[in-house]
Amino acid sequence: METVNSMKITFLSVPENESFARVAVSAFAVQLNPTLDILADIKTAVSEAVTNAIVHGYRDGQGMVEVEAALSRDGILYLTVSDEGCGICDIEQAMQPFFTTQPEKERSGMGFSVMQTFMDKVEVQSQKGKGTRVTMEKKLTVA
Amino acid sequence: MRLERNRNTVTVYLEGEMDHCSAQQIRRMLDQSIQESDIKNMVLDMREMSFMDSSGIGVILGRYKVLRSRGGKLTVRNMNRQVEKVFKLSGMDQIIDIE
Ligand SMILES: Nc1ncnc2c1ncn2[C@@H]1O[C@H](COP(=O)(O)OP(=O)(O)OP(=O)(O)O)[C@@H](O)[C@H]1O
Ligand SMILES: [Mg+2]
Repeated sequence: METVNSMKITFLSVPENESFARVAVSAFAVQLNPTLDILADIKTAVSEAVTNAIVHGYRDGQGMVEVEAALSRDGILYLTVSDEGCGICDIEQAMQPFFTTQPEKERSGMGFSVMQTFMDKVEVQSQKGKGTRVTMEKKLTVA
Repeated sequence: MRLERNRNTVTVYLEGEMDHCSAQQIRRMLDQSIQESDIKNMVLDMREMSFMDSSGIGVILGRYKVLRSRGGKLTVRNMNRQVEKVFKLSGMDQIIDIE
């Protein structure tokens, strides 16, 4: 992949930064003139990954969330959302629709399903006690 | 957020974005308006709601359950494309009426 632009932001895991992250990534992606629907898809996926870092990764405290984005020459957005929180024991189970470890907080277990539906590719790496890294891709331009 | 009462139905005009950050407050206000009087049915008007993620699914499903346990009904209307896509992905369109 040939990168034509990239950015990285790091912020504290407070809920106010969920909308900040959505807006920042969408402002970065807009330079390739994606459709409004594609931008909305990206915002939704960013929101899911960042919210997970905040409510699951750092559930008992606070930490830093990092969002990285890169644009390739062929119009693909590469996104990474990472935290140094508690990590996920069983990634396959976590990605099942309706699986949640916080049903008492009215979580529906749909976050990963939303990311997978709204983006072209989603990959999760995680280590218990070390943190979680979600990598996503989305083609921004209609060929 | 504006409320309109008509007999035992309350219509709530939601505004802005429903994510984890705003969910708590929206949830509290919706539950308050369900409990305040003998409200049976709730209509969520989403015309002014610009964004929703899975935290919104939780809020809507939660209110659906509260209303159902009281023998009432939840209806949703005027969703934009983004909100509707999240709504349908969760399968809520199978159990909650879209007006
Ligand atoms: N960054 C993370 N750190 C630790 N655990 C995570 C992280 N992201 C997800 N998980 C785990 O994976 C599960 C599924 O995540 P997903 O986003 O699909 O659903 P949810 O967050 O529980 O509910 P929803 O997103 O619908 O509100 C979570 O309940 C949590 O246990
Ligand atoms: Mg989630």
